[in-house]
Amino acid sequence: MKYVDEFRDPQKAAILFSEIHRLVDQIAPQEPISVMEVCGGHTHSIFRYGLETMLPRGIELVHGPGCPVCVLPIGRIDDCLAIAEQRDVIFTTFGDAMRVPGSRKSLLQAKAEGADIRMVYSPLDALALARANPEREVVFFGIGFETTMPSTALTVLQAEADEITNFSVFCNHITIFPTIKALLDMPGLAIDGFVGPGHVTMVTGAEPYQFIARQYRRPMVVAGFEPLDFLQAIAMLLTQFAEGRCEVENQYARVARAGGNEVAQEAVARVYELREFFEWRGLGSVDQSGVRFRHAYGRFDAERRFAVPNLQIADPKGCQCGEVLTGALKPWQCGLFGSGCTPENPQGALMVSTEGACAAYYQYGGLRQGVSA
Amino acid sequence: MNQMPTRRSFAQVLLRTVTLAHGGGGKATKDLIDDVFAREFDNEFLEPMEDQARLVMSALAGQNDRLAFTTDSYVVTPLFFPGGDIGKLAVCGTINDLAVGGAKPLFLSCAVIIEEGLEMETLRLVARSMAATARAAGVAIVTGDTKVVPRGACDKLFVTTTGIGVIPAGRELGVGRAEIGDRVIVNGMLGDHGAAVLAARGDLALETALESDCAALHELTEALLQAAPGTRFMRDATRGGLATLLNEVAAASGVMIEIDDRRLPLREEVRGVCEILGLDPLYLANEGKIAAVVPAGEASAALAAWKDHPLGRDAADIGVVTTGEAGRVTMRTLFGGTRIVDMLVGEQLPRIC
Repeated sequence: MKYVDEFRDPQKAAILFSEIHRLVDQIAPQEPISVMEVCGGHTHSIFRYGLETMLPRGIELVHGPGCPVCVLPIGRIDDCLAIAEQRDVIFTTFGDAMRVPGSRKSLLQAKAEGADIRMVYSPLDALALARANPEREVVFFGIGFETTMPSTALTVLQAEADEITNFSVFCNHITIFPTIKALLDMPGLAIDGFVGPGHVTMVTGAEPYQFIARQYRRPMVVAGFEPLDFLQAIAMLLTQFAEGRCEVENQYARVARAGGNEVAQEAVARVYELREFFEWRGLGSVDQSGVRFRHAYGRFDAERRFAVPNLQIADPKGCQCGEVLTGALKPWQCGLFGSGCTPENPQGALMVSTEGACAAYYQYGGLRQGVSA
Repeated sequence: MNQMPTRRSFAQVLLRTVTLAHGGGGKATKDLIDDVFAREFDNEFLEPMEDQARLVMSALAGQNDRLAFTTDSYVVTPLFFPGGDIGKLAVCGTINDLAVGGAKPLFLSCAVIIEEGLEMETLRLVARSMAATARAAGVAIVTGDTKVVPRGACDKLFVTTTGIGVIPAGRELGVGRAEIGDRVIVNGMLGDHGAAVLAARGDLALETALESDCAALHELTEALLQAAPGTRFMRDATRGGLATLLNEVAAASGVMIEIDDRRLPLREEVRGVCEILGLDPLYLANEGKIAAVVPAGEASAALAAWKDHPLGRDAADIGVVTTGEAGRVTMRTLFGGTRIVDMLVGEQLPRIC
């Protein structure tokens, strides 16, 4: 595959690995250098290519909160079900969200029981369904960070332009920046540097991350999602440590420009406003970390259109997702890992999607844990 | 009375769609069976149109041969996809389930459940495809059944085929027989069927030239057993893909299996579809691929035998049976790292970002 295989070249990877080993030897850290990859896409790549097993012992990866499916609270899934189970509704969602357990069931179970829930690959598919079914209410489950926020916004603008009245969005879009800040404010957080989310940056540009380096004195390298991207980002971070620098750098310049995507930013600014706070599974409530539709687009807001219970529901007892997300625990150190909590029957957020750290360890990983645990 | 054995004349179905009357058991049912199925399947065992096919036991098997007996239901959507259709699938799938046990496939049954309103022409095309596939494989469809259900009670057409074959004396293949040092081989490109059907559904707006690999593999299994008589095990990597199959072998044999990412035969198009949709080709369904576990000493003969056959041209040695954690399947990645290849949990759903 062109433009993909180039970034999976084993020979180039070997060069980067030896560079990483050389840098770690040069830095000679007393404790392993702890690097958080914020985005679930990175977590997935790390496990898929077995990268973690090949990094030197002087680097420890902490798998961050950047999987939108994983951090969705149980109460929001219950709200989805309340909408999806209404008789005249066609509820549309990305496939990943189908298996997330609510307090009683998942969307997949509700579908089996007769709710009209359909998997789509784009919000525009949902809008097309609304056009084709004017007598039904079509609701799109809007989920994701800045990466997917613009496509939902543009779909709503399209619906407005086409005067479509039976389409709405259950908006669960969230923004990563306040949550990184909340993590950094946690006492005793042991993270030395970050690998930043490439696709969020493609939309937002690198400016919103500057506080991480300036205020919190942690370096960050924004990275793409192929294995060579990730390895290069690690080498760049280590170089910063070795040279005593602390900056936000961009490894993913081929896709993410410094200023981001202005058209996308405009659509986002036009359609959404920040919520006062939003609840994250495993992390709790984080101020100004979610968005909702502005008043002018209220008619496309499923939360205003349908009665939803809007209840906060606690995570299951014993679930330690929060500690895993902040790097305090490794996935396998959680009491439920692999016994009470598995991908078939996930209790905690991180076991739900293959981008979640626990699911990734369970399915792909666990090889190093036998050695180092 | 002087009864001459005459060939029956087939009634003709003139309606353009299947109706509930075709499931009523009366004349319409008989006409449907005659005109659509018996006409196509046409063989001496089916011909008497009794309630059962009558097969002569002694003609089936010699001393210590064993009967292989299997059944499978087919519910694929769409009914016709690039590289095949539900009829071809139903014949090949059941032939393959016999063949991977070392059996020579001989007879099939065919039961169909039809949703009222199905176009008669569609049904004819499926029956014709079944007949052609069976004939090419030297297998006879000797008994069958049709049912028609109201609209919505099934999705257009479901097909169940049951197969009978004979395993010659001395062949002992088994999922629990893999031994340390054995090689794991496959007969070609992985994931074609799963990716082709996914693309053919049309709701992904993906255009690919991919075709299902749907094929009867009895010649390949036979060639393998000739070239590598020590073969421990074969299975067709259908639902759940290669990953699931290998996990079954590792668990049943109490061994670890390590496959090598660089050796997996994958088409560029399949890799592309997987890349876009966030799927793992190891879990995609195949309908014309077998994985076999063979003793290391016979591996090159086995591969050579497969490569000689058109359905095995891209055969590859993909991994090894090793000591280590029993029941585990791992993969050596492109970079020499290692990851676990687990059983598939639920359905493989695309990642979102």
